[in-house]
Amino acid sequence: MERVDVLVIGAGPVGALTAALMAQAGVRVMVIEAGEPQILSAPASDGRAIALALSAKRSLDVGGFWTHLSPFAEAILDIQVTDGNAPVLLHYDHRHVGDNPFGWIVENEEIKSAALKRLKELGIAVKSSTIVESWEFTASAAKATLSNGERIEAGLVVAADGRPSPTRQAAGIKIKGWDYGQSAIVCAIGHEKPHNNVAYEHFLPSGPFAILPMTATQTGYRSGIVWTEKRHLGTAIMAQEDAYFLGELSEKVGDFLGQITLAGPRFAYPLTFQMAERTIDSRLALVGDAAHGMHPIAGQGLNLGIRDAAALAQVVVEGARLGQDVGGTAVLERYQRWRRFDTGMMMGVTDGLNHLFSNRNPLLTAARDIGLLAVAHCPPAKRLFSRHAMGVVGDLPRPLQGLPL
Amino acid sequence: MDDTASISSTSSAEEVARFTAMAESWWNPDGKFKPLHKFNPVRLAYMRRVLCRHFNRDATPIAPFTGLSLLDIGCGGGLLSEPLARMGFAVTGIDAGERNVSIAQTHAQQSGIAIDYRAGGPETLSGETFDVVISMEVIEHVPAPESFIAQAAQRLKPGGVFIGATMNRTAKAYALAVVGAEYVLGWLPKGTHDWKKFVKPSEFAGYLRHANIETSEIVGASYNLVAGDWVETQNLDVNYMILGVKAV
Ligand SMILES: Cc1cc2nc3c(=O)[nH]c(=O)nc-3n(C[C@H](O)[C@H](O)[C@H](O)COP(=O)(O)OP(=O)(O)OC[C@H]3O[C@@H](n4cnc5c(N)ncnc54)[C@H](O)[C@@H]3O)c2cc1C
Repeated sequence: MERVDVLVIGAGPVGALTAALMAQAGVRVMVIEAGEPQILSAPASDGRAIALALSAKRSLDVGGFWTHLSPFAEAILDIQVTDGNAPVLLHYDHRHVGDNPFGWIVENEEIKSAALKRLKELGIAVKSSTIVESWEFTASAAKATLSNGERIEAGLVVAADGRPSPTRQAAGIKIKGWDYGQSAIVCAIGHEKPHNNVAYEHFLPSGPFAILPMTATQTGYRSGIVWTEKRHLGTAIMAQEDAYFLGELSEKVGDFLGQITLAGPRFAYPLTFQMAERTIDSRLALVGDAAHGMHPIAGQGLNLGIRDAAALAQVVVEGARLGQDVGGTAVLERYQRWRRFDTGMMMGVTDGLNHLFSNRNPLLTAARDIGLLAVAHCPPAKRLFSRHAMGVVGDLPRPLQGLPL
Repeated sequence: MDDTASISSTSSAEEVARFTAMAESWWNPDGKFKPLHKFNPVRLAYMRRVLCRHFNRDATPIAPFTGLSLLDIGCGGGLLSEPLARMGFAVTGIDAGERNVSIAQTHAQQSGIAIDYRAGGPETLSGETFDVVISMEVIEHVPAPESFIAQAAQRLKPGGVFIGATMNRTAKAYALAVVGAEYVLGWLPKGTHDWKKFVKPSEFAGYLRHANIETSEIVGASYNLVAGDWVETQNLDVNYMILGVKAV
């Protein structure tokens, strides 16, 4: 039976980053992925334009993803918030908070593809079209029987298998959550005029609507749309012909970008919130969406997942350097303790978000969103927050500070 | 006479029986040995740091000590032997308690780690020498500490490193380790420690000097109640670690 230190389930952005950060430090890692090899070598668009915060970008840099990703990343230099059809409510200029952009917009498929390039560079073979068929946990190892018949013994199992997380389910870890009754319609648009690196967030009664600056292609300027609607309206909008859809979208976007076109397929995601009751179990750690799935308008799902990856990789590498059992309670509890506050805060914010989004009082809504944006996009505020909370158990995970493990 | 105790003349029968009785729960981090599990990271971090420095090894790889041998005297269930083996040492672990050795062996096998475990005291290894000899929390349990150290020193190669750890014979150590840890907090079974056998750093250094080992540093370890963790300190009043190098 092959033995590895860490078995990562899921080669999504979070699983891949966890694996890369650990392998770079000399931890023996294996990654298995349910998806087919063709999908892995050329990930298809899922319409998601992901906003990455500075600390997430730094971690991706430390993990060796950023060199592959930077050509596809557009900096956010300004954020404009409007409520309903009122004039600009709030204007954040990145120069007010330092030299760094607020964040970067990258298409999700580029993150996935950068992740796989990096794993390849590190010599980590991703076992594709493979899932775990059965588990056996002993006092000193987790033993997995794979769908290809192989048996693997690992000190630690990392569940990075996304929202449904079969690994989490097999461990019997329950989730708490709710359904927002909304859908997010996402797609890329082309436009005549440059976006000038401004991200727009409009708070409309039907739900938030965002225009996110993306990198230009040969065909011209592009932006990403996140359009939230009540679920049944979302379904109706998705069913419309492209021309009709574009018409409605143009009305929502306004004319500041000039004429707009569709620059890719559109997707609708049902908006739900879920949170695992605990993020560790015997020889198991949950990371990314397997641990928590949130409202995309907060732009936090992957950012939070990246923080999980950085924290877990750090406790595992530091544990390994002390010769500790990487799947032992000491290492895992350190991970859970380190992440608990951050994830809990996000849960609270999202809960508040849920209530305020269903509230039509514009002032309340605006107040909420300003707070959220400030936390999500303003590094000093966020740093203050996290520092304060993490002070007890140490500083931010090193990769989030741009430091190697 | 108890069979495990007869193996080693440097360990007293009572002491061996006491630890052997506790051995089954060695590896349960929340079990009876929880204090040791909590204590180990600070000791391992210390050992890794000073040994990297001494042997001129880069501290970033997970296993910097490949090619070096280490003897763990009083290895118990292997709580230090296993981590040190993971760090790259070829580890030999000896313990006077036969049951401890069996437990350590079983556990290492399950974890897929190769360690040479044997029952006995340092005197049973005649002829073999090691790059590093450690003896953590053992000296305070042996009947004749000076001859114990002399035996341990014979197992060390010239230029090799000795690391020991024990408790100081101070009123504070008595209060914390015996009254506090055994009677008040219930961390350790009552009777684990006999305060009279605690060793002052000067005495420890003296035993080492007689055995041709020059002490190069002594550091303390203390428990931070708030953080629930052990940390290194300059204060040697209670727990301390002593580092020495054998003359070439
Ligand atoms: C519309 C939308 C917009 C978003 N915008 C943002 C944003 O702006 N900023 C942000 O930070 N986040 C955003 N998010 C969230 C972000 O996309 C997710 O948090 C992120 O993709 C989670 O990554 P992951 O690696 O944890 O999971 P996933 O990307 O879901 O990857 C899981 C992987 O596991 C594999 N897998 C599943 N089951 C198994 C199994 N049994 N065995 C092996 N492999 C398995 C899957 O095939 C997949 O490759 C958005 C989400 C949506 C829906």
